[in-house]
Amino acid sequence: MENILKIEKIEKYYGSRFSLTKAIDNISFEVEKGEFVAIMGSSGSGKTTLLNCISTIDSVTSGHIYVGGVDITKLKGNHLNKFRREELGFVFQDFNLLDTLTAYENIALSLSIQNIPPKEMEERIKNVADNLNIKDVLKKYPYQMSGGQKQRVASARAIITNPKLVLADEPTGALDSKSARMLLERFNYLNKELEATILMVTHDAFTASYATRVIFIKDGKIFNELHRGENTRKEFFDQIIDVVTLLGGDLNDAL
Amino acid sequence: MMLCRLSLKNIKKSIKDYAIYFFTLILGVAIFYVFNAIDSQTVTMNVTSSTQEIIKLMVNMLSGVSVFVAFILGFLIIYASRFLIKRRNKEFGIYLILGMSKRKISMILFLETLFIGLLSLIVGLALGTLLSQLMSLVVANMFEANMTKFTFVFSKSACIKTILYFAIMYVLVMVFNTIIISKCKLIDLLHSNKKSEIIKLKNPILCVFIFVVSVSILGYAYFLVTAGFKNLDSADKIFKPIILGVVSTFLIFWSLSGLLLKIVKSLRKVYYKGLNSFILRQISSKVNTTVFSMTIICLMLFITICVLSASLTLKNSLQANIEKLAPADIQITKRMNWVDEGHTKEDIEDAKKDLLESFSDSHFNINDYVKELVEVNIYETQDLTLNHTLGTLLEEIRKQYIFLRYDEEETIMKLSDYNKIANLYGNKEYSLEKEEYLIVADFASMVEVRNIALSKKETITVFGHTLKPKYTECQDGFVELSAQHINAGIIVIPDEVVDENYKTHNVLVANYKVKTKEEKMEIESIMIKASENIPSIVYYNTKLDIAEASIGLGALVTFIGLYLGIIFLISSAAILALKELSESSDNKERYNMLRKIGTDEKMLNKALFRQIAIFFLVPLLLAIIHSIFGITFSVKILEMFGNEELLPSIVMTSVFIVIIYGSYFLITYTCSKNIIKERRR
Repeated sequence: MENILKIEKIEKYYGSRFSLTKAIDNISFEVEKGEFVAIMGSSGSGKTTLLNCISTIDSVTSGHIYVGGVDITKLKGNHLNKFRREELGFVFQDFNLLDTLTAYENIALSLSIQNIPPKEMEERIKNVADNLNIKDVLKKYPYQMSGGQKQRVASARAIITNPKLVLADEPTGALDSKSARMLLERFNYLNKELEATILMVTHDAFTASYATRVIFIKDGKIFNELHRGENTRKEFFDQIIDVVTLLGGDLNDAL
Repeated sequence: MMLCRLSLKNIKKSIKDYAIYFFTLILGVAIFYVFNAIDSQTVTMNVTSSTQEIIKLMVNMLSGVSVFVAFILGFLIIYASRFLIKRRNKEFGIYLILGMSKRKISMILFLETLFIGLLSLIVGLALGTLLSQLMSLVVANMFEANMTKFTFVFSKSACIKTILYFAIMYVLVMVFNTIIISKCKLIDLLHSNKKSEIIKLKNPILCVFIFVVSVSILGYAYFLVTAGFKNLDSADKIFKPIILGVVSTFLIFWSLSGLLLKIVKSLRKVYYKGLNSFILRQISSKVNTTVFSMTIICLMLFITICVLSASLTLKNSLQANIEKLAPADIQITKRMNWVDEGHTKEDIEDAKKDLLESFSDSHFNINDYVKELVEVNIYETQDLTLNHTLGTLLEEIRKQYIFLRYDEEETIMKLSDYNKIANLYGNKEYSLEKEEYLIVADFASMVEVRNIALSKKETITVFGHTLKPKYTECQDGFVELSAQHINAGIIVIPDEVVDENYKTHNVLVANYKVKTKEEKMEIESIMIKASENIPSIVYYNTKLDIAEASIGLGALVTFIGLYLGIIFLISSAAILALKELSESSDNKERYNMLRKIGTDEKMLNKALFRQIAIFFLVPLLLAIIHSIFGITFSVKILEMFGNEELLPSIVMTSVFIVIIYGSYFLITYTCSKNIIKERRR
């Protein structure tokens, strides 16, 4: 299996010499092609910092991050932007859609900044809209859509460029349970049928249970790791809950 | 004390946000000072007393205009500060939560306004003092005074006036700020930047319809002021095209965004290229909310362009006209007939003498002072008025031109007399057959009227002879020295037709024997004294007087034009800049999002540049189109001042616009770029 993401001993420090905070303290792991990995942890555990480092929004203090064999901690300026736009797809908690554009235009935007001709664009958007069940909302503006629809449009935007890795930051955080389930089922579909590699950050055990692997983080370190294997989602969910209990009461609110 | 430190820190912190505000204040103060300091600059100049009169008039008018300017600047400052307060809602919200009273917040704002006001006054006055040194060169050049030595002038009165006016404005701003603060609610303050935007899309078909309608209304308004110019014979009729123009401008801006979106969207290749869809949507979502201010800005720019170019043209034509229309040094006219009762026999007898006789009576030897002396006579008769000249076409013309005085007696001259004058002036000389006449005129609208009759070969009857016109249109020429084309028409007839009993005026035209201006002024005063010694009524007209009056008029118009033009330009540019800046900070999140999905910095900056450029250019473009017609119209109004070439003044106007408008654009772009810049942790 091909390694999509390889994280080697990364550290991230905040603050000055006198009051040092280790947001990430020596984390290493790998993600293979076609995996759906969830990173779990309570707030302040460093999971969002980790995601920001992988997405090049933030930089690491030491260590290396390889995406498709390229060390992204060495990239600078417009190479970073190029990397972000061609190799990564993003789904954010608060959707981050442009409210002035329609759903179609929002999705098209990530193609048009790669100078893809409109004809090809139309076909690809049609395809992805089919896959994510958003064909009826393509002409609508964000304010006319429900949260679930918005997040699926954002997901469409994230995967339309065929990125090596899709990064999702609390994608269900702003959704009701029904929309969350629907979105996660779509994620599963994308993962299984389209072989999209997804790395998702969440503090919610239910959301995490849709993944094929869950990595637990506490105080900037990897605490535990679970593989779903042949278990059903329900069984996997119970396993996750066990770890959460082990982690301490912090994550109880995640239920 | 704490409040004082807080407000100072606030200013320092938000100096980038305040840059435009500050820049505008400084410019406003500087310009206000410069134009009010003109009088103290002219004091040091060596000019004649009549020029001094004109300068006095000009200074009075400028200070009147200053009141108007103060109003405009006052509104601008209040608008700008209200804008800046809105930007800081969250900050005030936090103060309130911390338990600060509204009174204290008002106090902070008060202190901030005070600091900014003081600073801008000091910097503005310093800049104004520097600029006014430049201005004194302009003033001296304008009044053709020779600046023998450069003196540094500081006008105390202008300085005090500037401080006073701006102090009043700042006090008003403080009052407004207090009112705003006392009215606001905490919850609104804290949540002010969380309101989600609802995009109101206009029906594209309606937009196209409205656009077409407004363009045709505008076209009609343009037609009214250019091709339909003749029908604008009374002042109130001019309001129709103005109102039509304003309304259509508003509607064009209203429909433009929808139309543009519709057009570009249909060009898929353009719309889905790079960030074009984003830029276009940004613009169309904004234009919806800024139609009103766009209209105001467009109209202000239009006024700026027209005022600047018209005033500069007027000045140039005035100067060019003097050379052409006052080709001799002096002209003395004596009234020769007294038809009315109530004059003594001596008066009537004296009036019958011509000027040369009168001069020699008073032992004044005119030939000691002048050369190239020409003496001619003018005749008038009740039997030849405009009514008669127009003949059978009178009724038709009367309907079209209701304001002419049709029963005024025509000015009649002998052919030989007219040729003598024309020879001296360097104008064309004419010849006539026995039964012919011709009309010389250069006042364009009278030429138009007379040409109607001449083209129909209307004959006239004068002193018992019937004459037919030699030419089918008026000939160019004049007798009276003047600064403008004001010759409404002189009927030139063959010498043998003239009846000497109808002689009404005796006219002397001559050049002085000397060369320099000082010597000419000396001779002129001798000549004028001699003319005033003649008991009958004598008028005189001299090139020096005409030149001075017209220089004064030119300077007056230019200064007022410049003053108003620059203030209008600054106001419109400042409003636009403030709007754009606040848009940029509202759009910060959007740009951040674009960055997150991997857009290049270069692409982002290009998008920002285009967005701001379009916002600055669209009102300017429409204003330029308006101005093409506006200037054509004003040229027609001012045509009696001569049609000097427009190009130089249009170039000058463009320079002003490029410098002021352009620098506002650049500042806006630079500040916006800073606002949307990513702040790396």
